[in-house]
Amino acid sequence: MAVTGAVLVLFLVGHMVGNLKAFLGADSFNEYATFLRTMGAPLLTYRVALTVVEVVLAVAIVLHMWAAITLARRAGRARPVKYAARRKSQANGYAVHTMRYGGVIVLLFVVYHLLDLTIGVVNPAGWGGTPYERLVASFAPERWWVTAFYVVGVVMVGLHLRHGLWSALQTLGLASGRSHRPLKAAAAAVSAVLVLGFLVVPVAVMIGVIK
Amino acid sequence: MNLTLKVWRQRGPQDKGRMVTYRVEDVSPDMSFLEMLDVLNERLILEGDDPIAFDHDCREGICGMCGMVINGYAHGEQVATTTCQLHMRHFEDEAVITVEPWRAAPFPVVKDLVVDRSSFDRIIQAGGFISVPAGSAPDAHSVPVKKADADAAFDAATCIGCGACVAACPNGSASLFTAAKITHLSLLPQGQPERDSRARAMVEQMDAEGFGGCTNTGECTASCPKGIPLDTIAQMNRDYLRASK
Ligand code: HEM
Ligand code: SF4
Ligand code: FES
Repeated sequence: MAVTGAVLVLFLVGHMVGNLKAFLGADSFNEYATFLRTMGAPLLTYRVALTVVEVVLAVAIVLHMWAAITLARRAGRARPVKYAARRKSQANGYAVHTMRYGGVIVLLFVVYHLLDLTIGVVNPAGWGGTPYERLVASFAPERWWVTAFYVVGVVMVGLHLRHGLWSALQTLGLASGRSHRPLKAAAAAVSAVLVLGFLVVPVAVMIGVIK
Repeated sequence: MNLTLKVWRQRGPQDKGRMVTYRVEDVSPDMSFLEMLDVLNERLILEGDDPIAFDHDCREGICGMCGMVINGYAHGEQVATTTCQLHMRHFEDEAVITVEPWRAAPFPVVKDLVVDRSSFDRIIQAGGFISVPAGSAPDAHSVPVKKADADAAFDAATCIGCGACVAACPNGSASLFTAAKITHLSLLPQGQPERDSRARAMVEQMDAEGFGGCTNTGECTASCPKGIPLDTIAQMNRDYLRASK
C-alpha cells in the first residue's frame, strides 16, 4: 500500500508541475507533451520511456488496489458480527473513512480523465488535436460540468492523500514521537498544494484565462 | 436516574444471540457502569432470570478485564477510561444505552458480554518476553537508559491488554496492543537480544490469529483507556522491517 502509493504520489507531483505549463501558452505545453514522448532520445525511440512510466504506473495502481482489497477482506473476516450501535469516529477526521470508496471514485475519475485528455474519445477536440487543444476543449466554459467533475475527482484525490501520505510514513516506520505532528501537517500541506495545483488549470480554462 | 439498556444476550458460544431491552430505575449518578449492571443483575436473579455475564476484576482501571462496547464506543465515549471507571453521571436521565461485547473473530463470545481474549495471550507467548535470567532487580543506573526512552517504554508498558483497540478498530486489527508490547521491550536494554525475532514472531502470530490489517485510522488510540500512542505502531513496523531485512 505504502510503496505503490509513493510511486503514484511521485507521479502526481510531476504531473501537476507539468500541467502548470498550460499557463505558459500552447507551444510550451505541447512542447512539454512532445518531450514526454521523446524522453531518453536518441537512446530510446519515440514513446519508449513514456510507455515504461505508464506500465510502472499501471502496475502500481493494480498492486495498490490489490492491497486495498486484501485489507478490506481481512477487515471483513476479522469482524463477522457488526455492532448494532453506530458511533462517530473519535480520531483523525473525515479523510480516513473515505479511503475505500474514495479510492473507487478516484479510479473512475482517472478512467474518465484518460479517455478525455490522453485518448481523447470523450473530448470534443478528439484524438486529432494537440494536447493543448484537448485541454482547452475539455474545460471550455460551456462544459463547466467537466470542470466540476474534475473538482470532485481532484478533491477526492486530496482527501485520499491527506490520510494516505501520513499513513504510508507510519507503515514504513518513519513517523515517530516528535516527528508525528509535523509529518501529519506536511501530509495535509502537500495534499492541499496538489489539489490547488491541479485545479488552477481547469478553472483557468473555464473562466477564460487560458484559451 | 432511569435508563433503558439494550444488552447483547448470548447463552453460549454456539447461541446466535440477540439484543434484549431492560429498564433500570433509580440509578445513582455516582455508580460506575459495572455497579449499574450489578443492580440490574440482582434484580434479574430475584426474578429468576439469568444475570448478564460480563468480565471484571480490579474495578480500578488496571486489570483490563472489563471491556464492553457502550453506544458503539469501546469502554464508552469517555476517553482514557475503562468501563469500571466510567460513571453514570456521564449519561443523561432516560438515556437509551446499547451494550455489546467486543466484536472480533479472534475474540469469540463466551457468554453475553464476555469474550475469550486468549488470542492476545498467544501473541505474548510468541515473543512478548525476555529470556535472560534477570535475577533480582539490578542497581539503579547500572545500565543507563535515556530518559526519553524510559518514558516511552513506560508509556507503552501501561497497556492492560483490554482489547478495546481491537474492538474500536474498523479493521479489527490488534496492532496497537502488539505494538505496545513490542515497543515496551524494544526501547529497553533487556529487550535488545531478541528484538528482531520478537517483532517477527509477534506480528506473525497477530496475523495468524485472524486480526485485520492496520490502516492507521487512529480509532484504537482514541479509545485506549491508557492512551497508548499510535507511534508504537510505527515502532513495531520499524522493528518488523528491520527484522525482515
Ligand atoms: C485536474 C487537473 C488535471 C489536469 C488538467 C490533467 C491534465 C492531463 C493531461 C493534459 C494529460 C495528457 C498529457 C499528454 O497527453 O501528454 C494527462 C494525463 C494523465 N493524467 Fe492528468 N490531469 C489532472 C489531474 C490528474 C490526477 C489527479 C490524476 C491521478 C489521480 C491524473 C492522472 C493522469 C494519468 C494517469 C495520465 C496519463 C499519463 C500517460 O498516459 O502517460 N491526472 N493529464
Ligand atoms: S493498547 Fe490500549 S486498548 Fe489496546 S489492549 Fe492495550 S490498553 Fe487496551
Ligand atoms: S475491572 Fe479491571 S480494568 Fe476494569
